[in-house]
Amino acid sequence: MNAPMNFPVNAIETQGLTLALGGRPVLQDVSLAIRAAEFVGVLGPNGSGKTTLMRAVLGLVPPATGTIRVLGAPAARGNAAIGYMPQVRGELANKRLSGWDFVASVVRGHRLGLPLLDAAGRREVAWALDMVGARDLARRPLAETSGGERQRLLLAQTLIGRPRLLLLDEPLISLDPAHQRAVVELVKSLQTELGIAVLFSAHELNPLLGALDRVLYLGGGHAALGTVDEVITGPVLSRLYDSAIDVVHVNGRIFVMSGRHDMEHDAHRHDDDHAHGHGHTHAAHHRDAAHPHA
Amino acid sequence: MVTATRMPPTTATRRIRMLDYDFMRHAFAAAAIVAVVAGLVGYFLVLRGQTFAGHALAHVGFTGATGAVLVGASPLAGLVVATVAAGVGMGFAGERLAQRDVAIGMVLSLALSLGLLFLHFFTAYATQVTALLFGNVLAVDVDTLWVLLALGVLSLGALGVIARPLLFASLQPELAEAKGVNLRIFAVLFLAIVAVATAECAQIVGVLLVFTLMVGPAAAAQRLTSRIGWGLALSAGLALAEAWGGIALAYWTDWPSSFWITALSAAVYLAAARRSTMSRTS
Repeated sequence: MNAPMNFPVNAIETQGLTLALGGRPVLQDVSLAIRAAEFVGVLGPNGSGKTTLMRAVLGLVPPATGTIRVLGAPAARGNAAIGYMPQVRGELANKRLSGWDFVASVVRGHRLGLPLLDAAGRREVAWALDMVGARDLARRPLAETSGGERQRLLLAQTLIGRPRLLLLDEPLISLDPAHQRAVVELVKSLQTELGIAVLFSAHELNPLLGALDRVLYLGGGHAALGTVDEVITGPVLSRLYDSAIDVVHVNGRIFVMSGRHDMEHDAHRHDDDHAHGHGHTHAAHHRDAAHPHA
Repeated sequence: MVTATRMPPTTATRRIRMLDYDFMRHAFAAAAIVAVVAGLVGYFLVLRGQTFAGHALAHVGFTGATGAVLVGASPLAGLVVATVAAGVGMGFAGERLAQRDVAIGMVLSLALSLGLLFLHFFTAYATQVTALLFGNVLAVDVDTLWVLLALGVLSLGALGVIARPLLFASLQPELAEAKGVNLRIFAVLFLAIVAVATAECAQIVGVLLVFTLMVGPAAAAQRLTSRIGWGLALSAGLALAEAWGGIALAYWTDWPSSFWITALSAAVYLAAARRSTMSRTS
């Protein structure tokens, strides 16, 4: 808790944190510390609290009990030191605005007045676009960019204000494997170059394996934080899923299995072949799971 | 359109005579005020994907205007009160309402039919139905002109104050919320501004054709430029050109001005959409 002054302060610290949505507890009694300049992959089934945890770090979801500190201060709305990339919404693909204006809208975006940028604001936008290599594509309307290009513009948005912590909510969703790799590599290079902490939530562990320092696995209201070898194990995940889980390593890739089902891939195939019996436990976890390879 | 083929001096004489009429000068002035307001407010309306809200507010405005006539008040006052109340209500209802197109459709129909009922009770003013539904820009008097100007300055002033957080909240609501923007307040304020703009538009083109000035020019502008500043200027400019062009064409042809404004608005939008599609494929 009381780190010496010469050590960088932790990016996120929670003590006995319980988060609830509409009276339903999502996370219970979670105590963890995420260090400065650490790349943490956030995994877990849908509804396990990945988004809720990020919104709590942003000060948008108050803790039911416990505390949450961000960069040494209690979590509060309007923290300029946090960059946030919400889950992608389809309607962005219909906007006819240029990528530049889209990124520029964040600069002092909470202040009243006309959306005019001074020279410093324009430099900030140009810097953020250069960091993600999107200077050229920012001239095009959003409606004429690909999914991977929009992800880069969204990443540029998170960099406005020079954050020390990035919260990225499912940046890989609906991207093909090549673009997934490109996004992970880009985030990793930003994280090391800027020396910032990254929380990167995903449905699948494998695309993140080369980039992440530790894994935060959420499930059943609990959280497990540690290296891949510590967390992605049968006993730890069985506790989180509340059912028997096997972890299978194949050619450097890791698969999380329940029985013969791959928990991360089989998200919506469970109604084919096991309507009864053991299936219902993880069917409940994965009912709404988006499917990266669908 | 015999006029177009005549000699220039004759055309000049005609144009001077057109502006000799008080009602024509008032019409051009009213159209200028309303077009600039509609073009600028409409740009944000299109950007936020809330064009249907403008349409809905206009229908509610019809009830307000006819209700006002029934109790002996001015239709414009009833229009403004009803649209602003509905706009604020829609802003507070927020997302819950936005998804329910059946509910909105029912409320719209109910609003129109209530307006019809009010007119039924006050048959002396039944001739106002057409003016309310389809506008009558040639009937704008000086007093109305001042009211339009005051409302226009008010709504554009308010828009200027909230423009930056409104833009942020429109493009990235979750991020804006995290950065401290109160989404609900700006949604309510914006719909109140839209309500005033809608009431203004109804004076020119009527409640049924509000889309013509609020949405057509803004949507065309967003097809033609992806930069905000140019888009806003172009949206206001197109709205002004369409409104003035429509009034002039109405003067020359003796067809309704609302028809001409709507026809110009549709033609400009189609041309803009076609141009942006062609530039993308080439």
